[in-house]
Amino acid sequence: MTSAAQLLTARRGRFRADWTDWVSYAYLILGVIVMFGPVLWLFASSFKSEAGLNQFPPTLLPWQPTQVQVAGQPAPLPLVRVLTGAHAGEELAEVRRIGLIAQLVDPRTPNQVIRLRADAIKPVMQVRAAWDNYTGLFSKFNFLRYLFNSVFITVVATLITLLINSMAAFALSKYRFRGRDGVFLLMIATLMIPPTIILVPNFLIASALGLVNSLWGVILPGVATPTGVFLLRQYMLTLPDDLIEAARMDNASEWRIYWRIVLPLSAPALAVLAIFSVMWRWNEFLWPLIVLTRNEHFTLPLALYSFQGELTTSWNYILSMTVITLLPVTIIFILLQRRITQGIASAGVK
Amino acid sequence: MTALSLRGVVKRFGPVEVIHNVSFDIPAGEFVVFVGPSGCGKSTLLRMICGLETVSDGQVVVDDQVVNNVPPARRGLAMVFQSYALYPHMTVYQNMAFGLENIATPRAEIDRRVDEAARMLRLDQLLQRKPTQLSGGQRQRVAIGRAIVREPRIFLFDEPLSNLDAELRVSMRAEIASLHRRLGTTMIYVTHDQVEAMTMADRIVVLRSGAVEQVGPPLELYNCPTNQFVAGFIGSPRMNFYDGQIERITADGLVVTCPALGSVHTDATQSGRPGDSVTLGIRPEHVQQGDIGPNVVRGEVAAVEQLGGLSYVRLAAPDMTIQLAGQTGLALGHTAAVTLPPAAIHVFDGQGAALPLRAMAANRAPQPA
Repeated sequence: MTSAAQLLTARRGRFRADWTDWVSYAYLILGVIVMFGPVLWLFASSFKSEAGLNQFPPTLLPWQPTQVQVAGQPAPLPLVRVLTGAHAGEELAEVRRIGLIAQLVDPRTPNQVIRLRADAIKPVMQVRAAWDNYTGLFSKFNFLRYLFNSVFITVVATLITLLINSMAAFALSKYRFRGRDGVFLLMIATLMIPPTIILVPNFLIASALGLVNSLWGVILPGVATPTGVFLLRQYMLTLPDDLIEAARMDNASEWRIYWRIVLPLSAPALAVLAIFSVMWRWNEFLWPLIVLTRNEHFTLPLALYSFQGELTTSWNYILSMTVITLLPVTIIFILLQRRITQGIASAGVK
Repeated sequence: MTALSLRGVVKRFGPVEVIHNVSFDIPAGEFVVFVGPSGCGKSTLLRMICGLETVSDGQVVVDDQVVNNVPPARRGLAMVFQSYALYPHMTVYQNMAFGLENIATPRAEIDRRVDEAARMLRLDQLLQRKPTQLSGGQRQRVAIGRAIVREPRIFLFDEPLSNLDAELRVSMRAEIASLHRRLGTTMIYVTHDQVEAMTMADRIVVLRSGAVEQVGPPLELYNCPTNQFVAGFIGSPRMNFYDGQIERITADGLVVTCPALGSVHTDATQSGRPGDSVTLGIRPEHVQQGDIGPNVVRGEVAAVEQLGGLSYVRLAAPDMTIQLAGQTGLALGHTAAVTLPPAAIHVFDGQGAALPLRAMAANRAPQPA
């Protein structure tokens, strides 16, 4: 905690703030607002009811009309405050509104109807989260299905990515064979081809292999990534050859060397790649959109997209779903942040 | 019985030949040290023996079996690496057990061998530690332990002590030597440190640029180096060398004229004619102080190093290092007279090969004056 406080109050001037402190803090605060503001807005808005979202001017917090249960009324009624007239200052329940006239009752004397002009009353607002946005996801949509699809694709694809890329990286970093550098360069060169260009060929291949409309169609084409091979290879180059030779003297087969020696020692780089892969897969949109056409195969981003109908858009559900979609990646990042930076540093520099 | 023989072994990296036609035999149970300056190919030779490098030509024979195409693990050898090469993510126990697990040794047998090796190397308290939690000497012992549990036919050590501090090096040296006595297994030890070579070896193989210069017991190398390279490499401080020409050949030996020393009488016999270029060599510890013999040289003292038990004096013109017993009264700027006993002078021909001497090598070291 003290280190966090020290970080937040760090300054250049020894006893009082230097002008550079003012500038840097202004810049940093601006950065926080720009980077964090939209996320905060999204999060706060995801608790607003549909009416609250359309309210103008918009509010940060989910203000909603206060509802009261009045005897003799079937549903809770919105509470209003009377601004002028005989009842000024009282809080009454609004039964209905006819034209400009509102019919009100006092919750304590529910039988006596009071009629007032609509501009003489103002709804009583309170901050209340519309949990329905979240519960509705489960009751109204096939949300668990989308969640499962996303989780399945992310987990399986990441595991296969780690396995395949680390095997390629092991071969490219620790074996000497003719054409090794050529193969590596070829792999790296594919980074220069924009994914949109090979979208159609990829789809044709996936379609020929019968992978269209299957989760494997999303998983398999992307499991071998040049970035991943590059990252792991650079890290494995730093593992001493002595270790591998010692294992070879120790009667270990090449597979055992890979599995028992190289993989455990590459853990930092594997962690980095795993995090990247999880983020890529979780947020992946274009390729699943092309491969998956049936609703029951949709991933979360696709489901989000499909909520945006031509005529109506349920913004409240889109927002709550976006929050849920963001959460796993954010949590992973927070938990493994230190590991990521360490891993990137050691994979690149060492 | 021969544990290992090399027959005309050659190693090429592309067009570059780094090991030239090396042949020698190592009898079973011997402690053999490969020594040479860095880059002489001694580590490459070791790696060829254990199978981590292929053999370009010739044969590596272990226990009468040609093993050129046998994979490293099947040769029955165990290697201790310079960097120790301990698996950092495994405990000491796992490090030592890994090799046995790979050949599906029963668990009880693994435990027995690891415990035995751990006791022998005083590692029993450290079995559950990771290598990073160990000191340099302990890591070294784990690396040796890993080799011991495999019960190899030959131990290979690749500069195992070069990462240790001086004090630890001395004690580990003794430990490896005593290990060799206890196990009685053939050991091949690579080092660039001639002190390690002299103290530990039954026999030394001196290598230079991929070729064997001389093979023999330590004292034979010291007393009768077959060429100028071995003479200069074995012994510390280094032997003094002087270029000269044969002046005349007498019944007592060659008389050589050196620009630096004048006329010098040696015990070297025959070979060569007057006028041939030769090189004289004399070890600093064989030079005697004072004007007491045939070959007397005077020089100005350029530097004095007093170590208490002995002293090193460096003369300028002629450039000569002298080792004196005890402490010396010589100081900077003094002129010192020294004698070069003929029996202690090595003579090398123009190609650097040693000329034979009349006297027996073993008796050559003169008595302290």
